[in-house]
Parts: sequence; C-alpha cells; structure tokens
Amino acid sequence: MKAKQETIPLNGDEAVALAVKQCDVDVVAAYPITPQTIIVEKYSEYVANGEVQTEFVCTESEHSAMTACLAAAVTGARTFTASASAGLALMHEMLFVTSGFRAPVVMAVANRALSAPLNIHGDQSDSMAERDSGWIHVYAENAQEAYDNIIQAFKIGEDIDVSLPVIVGLDGFTISHTLENVNVLDDQSIKQFIGERPFVMVTTQEGKTVPFKLDPANPMTLGPNALPNYYFEFKRQQEEGMRNALRKIQEVNSEYAKISGRNYGNGLIDAYELDDAEIAIVCVGSVAGTLKVIVDELRQEGMKVGVLRLRTFRPFPLEELRNALKEVKALAVMDKSMSFGGFGGAVFSEVRSALYEVNQRPTIVNYIFGLGGRDTNPHELRKIFEDLARIAKTGRAEMSVQYLGLRE
Amino acid sequence: MSTKEKGWREIPIAGVCTKSSIGFMTGDWKTYMPVRDLEKCTTCLTCVMLCPEGAIKWRPDMAKIEFDFSFCKGCGICANECPTKAITMKMPGEEE
Repeated sequence: MKAKQETIPLNGDEAVALAVKQCDVDVVAAYPITPQTIIVEKYSEYVANGEVQTEFVCTESEHSAMTACLAAAVTGARTFTASASAGLALMHEMLFVTSGFRAPVVMAVANRALSAPLNIHGDQSDSMAERDSGWIHVYAENAQEAYDNIIQAFKIGEDIDVSLPVIVGLDGFTISHTLENVNVLDDQSIKQFIGERPFVMVTTQEGKTVPFKLDPANPMTLGPNALPNYYFEFKRQQEEGMRNALRKIQEVNSEYAKISGRNYGNGLIDAYELDDAEIAIVCVGSVAGTLKVIVDELRQEGMKVGVLRLRTFRPFPLEELRNALKEVKALAVMDKSMSFGGFGGAVFSEVRSALYEVNQRPTIVNYIFGLGGRDTNPHELRKIFEDLARIAKTGRAEMSVQYLGLRE
Repeated sequence: MSTKEKGWREIPIAGVCTKSSIGFMTGDWKTYMPVRDLEKCTTCLTCVMLCPEGAIKWRPDMAKIEFDFSFCKGCGICANECPTKAITMKMPGEEE
C-alpha cells in the first residue's frame, strides 16, 4: 500500500537525519566531521527536543564512536552513526570488527577527500578505501535517494541471512549540503516497513534457543579469538552474508517501491537508456544525475548512449553488470578516487575484470575525476561520450586511464 | 585438516561462544612456574592478594598457600613480591 508523502526542502544530510529519526533508532554514537556534521547536529536536536527516544553518545573520536555503535548493536539495539574522510579512516580497525561481529550498524558517509593536502570537499576516496572492510556499500545519487537508502539499509543489514553493517554513501556537498525537494514518507509506514530488528538464533550450553545478542539472562561470549584452524571459516560466513545481500537488496528495493513509488534500478544497478546503447558510462554517486541529462541530449541527436550507475558497490553485482553491458561496444568507467600505482581506479578494475568473460567485451577506459571537490561540467561529460563514439568506431583506445578536468 | 573440525556452514555465526568459560584452563601455556619453600613462608598472604589471576589460594585448614596451576600464567609477581623470598620461579621439571 502506498504511504502518505510530503514534499519538503532538505539537504542530503538533513534527509539522512530525518530518515534515521523515522527508523526508530535506539543508539547513535558519533563524532562530528565535515561534510557529515549536519546529520548528527540535526539528530542531536531531535534528541534534545525529546522527539526521539534514542541514546545519543558523544564520543572523543571516531574510533570510539564505531566501538560504541558495535557494543550497542550486539546488545540488540538498532544503531546508527555517520562519518567521512579522516573520521572514517580512524574507524578503519573497528569497521572490520563490526562486520566480523555481524553487527548491522548503519553508517552514512558524506564522501570527502582525504588529507594531505587538507581538503574538506567531496570525492569518494574515503569509502573506497574501506572497500574490503566487510561492509555493504550503497551509494546515493541525490538527497532523495540518501533518505530512501538509509531506510532500506536497516532492513537489508538486519536481515538474518545478511547480518552485516551498511555504509550509505552520499557525495560530500554535492548531496550533503545541497537543498532539494525530498518526498518524505509518514512515520507509521516506515515503522511498518522496517519492523522490529530480527535476530539469528543460537543454542546455549543448556540447549536453549536464544537470540544472538548480549543478554545477562543468556550469557554468551561474542568476538572470541579464532585460531588458524577456524578463522578462515568465519570469513567465509561473512562472504555468504554478502552473497545473500545481493538478493535482499533487490527485494527491499522493490518492497520499498510499493510504498514510496520510487525504485533505483533493481537496487544493485540503476541502468539508464542501456537497452540498445552502443556506448555507455559506469559511475557511482551523484555524477549520474548530470550524465543522465547528457544522455537525453545525445539521444535527441541520435546517439545510442546509456548510463549504468552502480548503486551497490559491495556486494559487487557481477551478473547484473555483465548482463547490462554485454552488448556495449565502448565503455567508460568513472572513478572519484585514486588507487595510486594501480591500473586505474577501484571501480574501473572491478568493472573491467567483471567483463573479461563476456565474449565480445567492450573496449573499456577509465576517467578519474572530481578529486577534492573539483567540479565536473556537463561539457566534460559530453566529451567522454564523444571519445567513446570514436573508440567504438575504431575498436581501440589510445589511453586506458585518463584524468578528467585536470590541468597539464 | 582433521575431519573433526567443522565446515563454515556448521559453526555458529561470528564465532559466538555459548559455553561457560569456567572450563577454560587459561594457565596451561606458562614457561615458568612458582615453587614455594614452606620453611621460609610466613603465610603473610601478600602473594594471595597480588596474584593477578587469583591462582594462589590460602588454605586455612592446612595453614599453607597453594597454587592453582590451571590458571597460574607464570608471571612471577608472587616470587618478586614475597618478602621472605619463599617463592622462586622455575622451569617445569626443575621444581626440585
């Protein structure tokens, strides 16, 4: 059943804070950092005004914030935090602990460049550096999606077959600080949609079946050590959670569409005009909005172009990506972060690797762009499609990796 | 790999341990072990109070201290703190 909705002007950070408020979160532990600050600032207002029943913990660092979130989550609390850049980097150790504990913490990351040189503006270096931390990574295209993704993130991460923490990425400033009209669902519909947090059941030494959480009534040890004879098996379990998330993300995307009228592709990939596209661009995050406008313009001019936005980066939607791109002749992958000394950016290497087994695979090139908040203009994006048209014709690219909008 | 060890589908999520830790013998990997000299021991009980593992017990029935080697990690604090040098740290097998 469709939920009641109201359109209100919100920036991405405010939209995230409102979504968290509506998700009936028990614990928020956070440390402020630009461009995430507005999220916890706004949320602390909700707490101060008594609009939520959340335990709000001000910690002395992001490492402590993530530790507090993990501790709260393993007692059964629905838990949220937000961070960016250096703050996320400081959490690094605890990100692995949280996913290893299978604690479904949800974290908004307002994507920002990493120092040095010091830069507070948007790029995706921070969360891309946490690619292998065992968290699910979902990226929003705009403030509306940031709002929707937070609500979906709790339902995905808390699913007992998934049981993993979720990062919801929103591009710093481009989404976090830009005011948009956001369609907001009513509290009751969201409460019904996400429901109570479910628990994996485990057996105690007395043979009782109890929820997997810290509870004095049913004592258990969480996070013990595992020696070389068992550690590997636990990592394989986490991988299974990721594989289950591929299915769960799609389910939640379509369930959410039923109440909100909004869906994001199949939840994993958001394909735009790809059906008969001969050339296409793969991207992550807000740049997709501009790309879709360019695609409309070029379609008017008769070019068969399309865009594939990777909404979910972890788990990586290998099959879906292959199927969507197997007919494309030339493909560009856009990376808003660097992998120094690597062959192109993180998204490029994965997409290129995914298409290796496609019989007539496209020629694939990489554009690194937008680092440190460098603006990306429509005419620059248009030029990528023009490059691709040339590559499609000749079947070869002169340069595999290029920098978009960089001064030589 | 031993066939007794379980596969990843059979083991509990995230290594959760629902067994009581009472059965875990934490002192089975020590290098040195304390040896008491009851002639020198004045039963002042300094060692009992300072043992970080609670592995030294005062047995009033026998008027002696006693080590619990299941939990003693061989740290040597007792030997270091004993005012009458009644405890010495030795390798297992050198106790006598």
